[in-house]
Amino acid sequence: VSPELQLSLILFAVVLGVMTGVVAPIMVWVERRGAALMQDRRGPNRVGPFGLIQPLADALKFIFKEDIIPANADRTMYLLGPVLALVPAFTAFMVIPFGPAVTYQGVEVNLVVVDGEAGVLILLALASLGVYSLVTAGYGSNNKYSLMGSVRASAQLISYELALAMAVLAVLIPAGSFRLTEVVAYQQANGWNLWLQLPGFLVFLVAAFAETNRLPFDLPEAESELVAGYATEYGSMKFALFFMGEYINMATLSALLATLYLGGWSLYPGWVPPEGWLGVAAGAAILGAKIAAMMAFYVWVRWSFPRFRYDQLMRLGWKVLLPIALATVAVVAALTVAGWY
Amino acid sequence: MELAVFIMFALLAVVFAVVVVAHRDPVKSTMSMVVTLFSLAVLFVLLGAPFIAALQVLLYTGAILVLFLFVIMLLNIQKEISLPAGRTLQRLVSLAAAAFFVSFLGMLFWVRYADAPQPPYTEAYLSIRALAAELFTTFLLPFELVGLLLLVAVVAASLLARAPADPDKEEATQARAPESEGREREKQRVAEPSGVEVSNGGEP
Repeated sequence: VSPELQLSLILFAVVLGVMTGVVAPIMVWVERRGAALMQDRRGPNRVGPFGLIQPLADALKFIFKEDIIPANADRTMYLLGPVLALVPAFTAFMVIPFGPAVTYQGVEVNLVVVDGEAGVLILLALASLGVYSLVTAGYGSNNKYSLMGSVRASAQLISYELALAMAVLAVLIPAGSFRLTEVVAYQQANGWNLWLQLPGFLVFLVAAFAETNRLPFDLPEAESELVAGYATEYGSMKFALFFMGEYINMATLSALLATLYLGGWSLYPGWVPPEGWLGVAAGAAILGAKIAAMMAFYVWVRWSFPRFRYDQLMRLGWKVLLPIALATVAVVAALTVAGWY
Repeated sequence: MELAVFIMFALLAVVFAVVVVAHRDPVKSTMSMVVTLFSLAVLFVLLGAPFIAALQVLLYTGAILVLFLFVIMLLNIQKEISLPAGRTLQRLVSLAAAAFFVSFLGMLFWVRYADAPQPPYTEAYLSIRALAAELFTTFLLPFELVGLLLLVAVVAASLLARAPADPDKEEATQARAPESEGREREKQRVAEPSGVEVSNGGEP
């Protein structure tokens, strides 16, 4: 096994462990306490200090609940739903660079699980598969609310993925590569894309909320209209898997946003990381901090904005975000050719 | 290792391609097609074309098939009813036709490609940069034509998506538009000239 592959496998295992063991439980806690904070309540504060052990208690409850499959559900599709929620969410993380290149067993290796030429396209491709979890779940449940949720999910995700991909494309043009390592290197040299491509950043930000089904765009779930949308018929651990998938998706898109627009693992443009593994640790910590800030922003927005109506959501996607994204691509391409970027 | 992965995903692709045709539930057919196209993407990766693989997943499995599912669920297409028993002849004939078609295609590919010279599959030959260079130099005209074709299709699709208004009313407003209607309306018409033209031609 080559050093690159070894490092890739180690990285993948670490990411997987951190995602399931740290990010998901902490996000559950942050979300509930954050909601309480914004609504002037106390929130869960009984289990452990500040209620920090609450997610563990929740998980135990989920595991010991009776596992039900509705009698009229389509068994295969019903069981496939939660699985499909997790697999793309986990694998999409593979192309995010976690730190500066490092010498491992005498070989200079980029700190990415998969450093392929297609780079960020792999992430977008895997993220686009996430919709199948909602579709199979809703269809398999054999429930009208679930089906409504699925239909909404499929229309919504297609609309927003397009704007998202266009915004990403605008970032890739000046960087001249699909590799996210190159995008980070470009920002090291030229400054963060947040300032260079503000319209694209805003499009990406809004589309990311729709892509992860978070409020104000959680129409597939919409508890005030559709009970719980695609997840209506799910209980116990299967429901928890959807929840986990949502948080991991949020983390993936936050990581992508941090890498594309906020300089990735770099502290500021031109930052020189410390040599060797210390630099890796510093880079990973900085990227982690940026992801955490984005996730906190997700929670903040969730408890600040009301839900959009479905037609408003579609109009926003096709008539506002997509034109802005297309214009950004055109302008950036022209400026790049002119040599201004 | 590579051979094992190839065999696994080639089998998946073929088996689920059969399921696409054979299954009676349209949603499950579409889901099987997802598996088939995803397996094909894996085969593209094995051939050293990760870019094509990513596009395959992004466009076909991630967008087009989601659209299929959307339409199937929106129109509430039911399961197909299987043919009543006793149509043995029909089944035999279709089987024979399928067998003939498969062997014909197989023979065609065999004759055409068995001894064909292989291009040099180097990293430079397979890179995205090389692909882009080919697209924008050697194949520029076809590339632009495809773009034009897609544009026409988009215009046509958005025209079809516009709700067909009451034909009499539509004609009346159009006849009046230049003189009596406000400037706002005129601006709107000017903004979408192609749509108006085609819709006039399409009206009875």
